[in-house]
Amino acid sequence: MTATVEFGKDLTGLERLTAEQITAILDVAEPFKEISERQIKKVPALRGKTIVNLFYEPSTRTRVSFEFAEKRLSADTVNISRSGSSLQKGENLVDTARNLEAMRIDMVVIRHQSSGAAEFLAQRIPSNVINAGDGQHEHPTQALLDMLTIRDNLGSLAGRRVCIVGDILHSRVARSNIWGLLKLGAEVAVCGPPTLIPHGVGDLGVRVFKRVEEAIEWAEILNVLRLQLERMHAGYVPSLREYNRVFGISEARLEKAPRDILILHPGPMNRGVEIDSHVADGPHSVILDQVTNGVAVRMAVLYLLAGGSPDRAEAAKQEDRS
Amino acid sequence: MPANKNSVVMDERAVRRAIARMAREIVERNAGTEDLILIGIHRRGVDLADLLAEEIEKGEGRDIPRGSLDITLYRDDFSAIGPRPIIGSTDIPGNIDDRSVVIVDDVCHTGRTTRAALDELADFGRPGRIYLCVLIDRGGRELPIQPDFVGRHIEVGPHEDVAVLVPREDGELAVQLRDVE
Repeated sequence: MTATVEFGKDLTGLERLTAEQITAILDVAEPFKEISERQIKKVPALRGKTIVNLFYEPSTRTRVSFEFAEKRLSADTVNISRSGSSLQKGENLVDTARNLEAMRIDMVVIRHQSSGAAEFLAQRIPSNVINAGDGQHEHPTQALLDMLTIRDNLGSLAGRRVCIVGDILHSRVARSNIWGLLKLGAEVAVCGPPTLIPHGVGDLGVRVFKRVEEAIEWAEILNVLRLQLERMHAGYVPSLREYNRVFGISEARLEKAPRDILILHPGPMNRGVEIDSHVADGPHSVILDQVTNGVAVRMAVLYLLAGGSPDRAEAAKQEDRS
Repeated sequence: MPANKNSVVMDERAVRRAIARMAREIVERNAGTEDLILIGIHRRGVDLADLLAEEIEKGEGRDIPRGSLDITLYRDDFSAIGPRPIIGSTDIPGNIDDRSVVIVDDVCHTGRTTRAALDELADFGRPGRIYLCVLIDRGGRELPIQPDFVGRHIEVGPHEDVAVLVPREDGELAVQLRDVE
């Protein structure tokens, strides 16, 4: 019997997924890695599907990663970004999406500055919606690729001690990671300036470290978040230098750790601010593996959500012996 | 799949005899084992390809490269199948250009799996020759595809299904005929 896991129409966040669904995405991503290593990096799975990448916020890595994933599955893709489109002319999100629907699309990958935008859209259009980051809410595919990278290196997530360092308050990457990691049985901590740690994060079962030295003492994995420069202007941290001095992940700090620590960073990095170059390029950094895994994870999500309905699946199962 | 009763059509010894015969036929037809690659179709074909390769290696005294292929992403009913099947690994050993590739599967029925495998192999290279080897040919083809090497032909009635059991997946080696509702 072929193993299957049921998925809904959309992927808006990891908060909504079960541990079984998250594990299924990671398992499915595994064989997709191989496709990107082939000479002909393409399989026909999503042939004829039209996917719109609707990016209201600037993004290079995530958009390119999604686009590679879509193209390697043979989907047709269209990119819409804020500049040079009607998004700039004040058209609202639903109108934009409905116009796209009128041209018969199948999936929308959306990045939006407002928390909840992906869910809002998902409830209003029949196409599959994949959240590529909404405000300060979630960035599920980033957390999935982080988890895949940890799993690749350490075998499993259960019982692993992961500390997310930096601006937790504004970070959708942190939020998705917290949900995903907790569901898969990892121990999660956060560490950062008190101004950037959300109130009540402890209620989720997350440990809070005020000093990065304590985090390094405890953790097996550090996920170092980018310090967004606009946070400094808003007065959350006194200066970038100060931030680096107190929270920067440096070789000197890591040398004091009781064990080797796996270093993740979702990019783009501010070298010399939240992470030093020696660490980013060091032997325990898996930052580029994360990027490679990003394509595989996104292929897995596209594959799992695209098309199909349970009743037709039953019929297909009967035909499965061929 | 509710199975009311299972009847064994081939026990382990019968399956092993069929594999030994097919191994000899493959070597004979290919005039040796030069350039030979066995590629099993996920999942049970992979196990059978290993058994075949061991048999050929026994007779010829040289290693036979083998690989595996998961054809899920090349299915022609892909947009119709609902919850997605979990995909197995595809692992093609080295370059397949100009080599003799034997596709190994447990059952040949409609021929659609083989069609998908041929398409997928074409994305890896251009073999000099592709053969199809199956343990069971149950007929019912929907495409112009015929196996080159067959363990046994079996008539399968409208309320029956044939199941090949292999050691890695099922813990035994046999072929069963099952009643299905």
